[in-house]
Amino acid sequence: MLEIKNLNVKLEEEDKQILKGVNLTIGEGEVHAIMGPNGSGKSTTSYVLSGRDGYEVTDGTVMMDGEDVLAMEPEERAAAGIFLAFQYPVEIPGVGNMTFLRTAVNAQRKARGENELSAGEFLKIVREKAKSLKIDAEMLKRPVNVGFSGGEKKRNEILQMAMLEPKVCILDETDSGLDVDAMKLVAEGVNALRDGKRSFVVITHYQRLLDYIKPDVVHIMAAGRIVKSGGPELALEVEHNGYADILKAEGVEA
Amino acid sequence: MTRAQQLQRKLDATATRVQGMALPQGAGWANDARQDALSRLLSMGLPEGRDEYWRWTRPDTLTVQDAPQAAVFHVDETPMFDAIDRLKIVFVDGVFDAEASDDLTGENLEVMRLSDALATDIHWAAELYGKIEIKSQVPVQRPLAAMNTAFATDGVVIRATGKVARPVNLIYLHGSETSDAILHHVIKLDAGAELTVLENGPAAARFNKVMEIDVADGASFHHVRTQGRDHERRAVTHLLATIGKESLFKSFTMTANGVLTRNEVYLEINGDDSMAHVAGAAMGDGAFHHDDTVFITHDAERGESRQVFKKVLRNGAKGIFQGKILVKDGAQKTDGYQISQALLLDEDSQFLAKPELEIYADDVICSHGSTVGAIDETALFYMQSRGVGRKEATNLLTLAFLNEAIEEIEDEAISADILSRLEGWLSRHGR
Repeated sequence: MLEIKNLNVKLEEEDKQILKGVNLTIGEGEVHAIMGPNGSGKSTTSYVLSGRDGYEVTDGTVMMDGEDVLAMEPEERAAAGIFLAFQYPVEIPGVGNMTFLRTAVNAQRKARGENELSAGEFLKIVREKAKSLKIDAEMLKRPVNVGFSGGEKKRNEILQMAMLEPKVCILDETDSGLDVDAMKLVAEGVNALRDGKRSFVVITHYQRLLDYIKPDVVHIMAAGRIVKSGGPELALEVEHNGYADILKAEGVEA
Repeated sequence: MTRAQQLQRKLDATATRVQGMALPQGAGWANDARQDALSRLLSMGLPEGRDEYWRWTRPDTLTVQDAPQAAVFHVDETPMFDAIDRLKIVFVDGVFDAEASDDLTGENLEVMRLSDALATDIHWAAELYGKIEIKSQVPVQRPLAAMNTAFATDGVVIRATGKVARPVNLIYLHGSETSDAILHHVIKLDAGAELTVLENGPAAARFNKVMEIDVADGASFHHVRTQGRDHERRAVTHLLATIGKESLFKSFTMTANGVLTRNEVYLEINGDDSMAHVAGAAMGDGAFHHDDTVFITHDAERGESRQVFKKVLRNGAKGIFQGKILVKDGAQKTDGYQISQALLLDEDSQFLAKPELEIYADDVICSHGSTVGAIDETALFYMQSRGVGRKEATNLLTLAFLNEAIEEIEDEAISADILSRLEGWLSRHGR
């Protein structure tokens, strides 16, 4: 479904190479976890996949269902089915959460040549999904993420994901700033979206999120590339021993 | 040239400018008021670029003999406030149009054409016509308001004696490319009265308007106006009001384009426990020049005032804000707030601000702020990453920026109408 080949990326402003040959193939319905120390390029990978400005791809390709992702604008990538759940969701004062959600849903539907949802249809769906994520109706009336707690912001990200129904969901350190209860709730929301077709890339520092979102494959990222891949047991190894041994074994300087 | 010589040259130029302009004739008191205003004008002189409060807005085109031409703009769009049940008073190029206007009667409402009121020997307007304008001349001189009082040929006087159910809508149509309109309205709210006044339309190629408002104790005055649209007109307006105790004054102005707009506001809170809120949302591009010059004086206890002004500028447009909160000695427990902000959508546009506080009481809360910035790229990316196109996301963020000012409108139907107009402007002018 999503194929990243030899992705090399540098920061435009600092002329600094961040990604140095990332290779990753994610099949339909698969859950991949990417772990790694700070500064290894995890978040950069997620931003490059979703099309954020400020990064220059110096080499490599990203293809999704045969289409060149890197040639698309961020909104085109979203319509094509890529969703990024932000580590720090942006607060947008003055824009109502519901207004934004409906604008986004209908923009994507329009881009795909589908009929836009009426206000009534949209309300029905959003209320059902919000209820399942234990999102208070009052939260939907407030401006996007403004005044939300860390947990509320992350749940709002998952609600957006549920409404937009992407093909590939990238979760950028979704566990950061969450207590165990909030993390469980978010993980339940993610798991509810697993339907055997939708794929996930879960970027995380810690194994504990993977207790709730079971990955099929775990990758260790360091120094701008994936240095080791394995099954769920790889995450447990990191949890017990840290990254040092793995990086040493792979010949990567920590 | 010495200062004295400069002033004399200015006064001579003003005398030459008004020479040959006849003062309209009416009742004795009205003639006196007009003559007094002319004397004020001749002693102040018309504004010039070197005047402190005209440094950023060139007054030339507002003061020259003939109005610069402005094309009449035809728009295939439902007029503002059309869906609202209101009493319509129509002016075409500054002249009252009886046929297009509604019957000027209503419960708890007295409305009369200005010229008729000023021709009446005994009329309540005698206590107000030009009188609030005189108060507004301190601390900042407003020669164009004095000129208006002297030479205004039309307008209305409105008195609310109780709660007026339907808003009064002053509609200004522009029919001639060289029209030069001077309108003066006098509005009086008796104790406990409630009135909403709506204004819309470009009015004329050049427009000078004064609205004097007296809000008595316990009364509520709501004012919403829209001006500009894509018209080329130039306008200077003056909203001048005195506010009694336990009363409310709320005004919101939306401006979209127009070549030159100078909106002056003078509010004097002279009764305890009153509130005055003034807000504006302006959007323009190209030759658009928009100036809000706002002074609020607190001369009573526990008064609250809010000034919220937002401007969106692009393609070289220029925005100005000059505003002051003056808290007089004894106006304890005053709560004053002033914010002026501009969103620049490119690097060619400009915003100049001069926020001021002048406080002589020792137990007050007063704050002011002024910012200028660009669209938040992080927010823009966030929206794009959810599938919203860059242009639509920019428009959403622009409307969100203006929202703080629009929120000041209490009537939901009116604020929805305003929002839809702003959306329309963005879709026509957005990138």
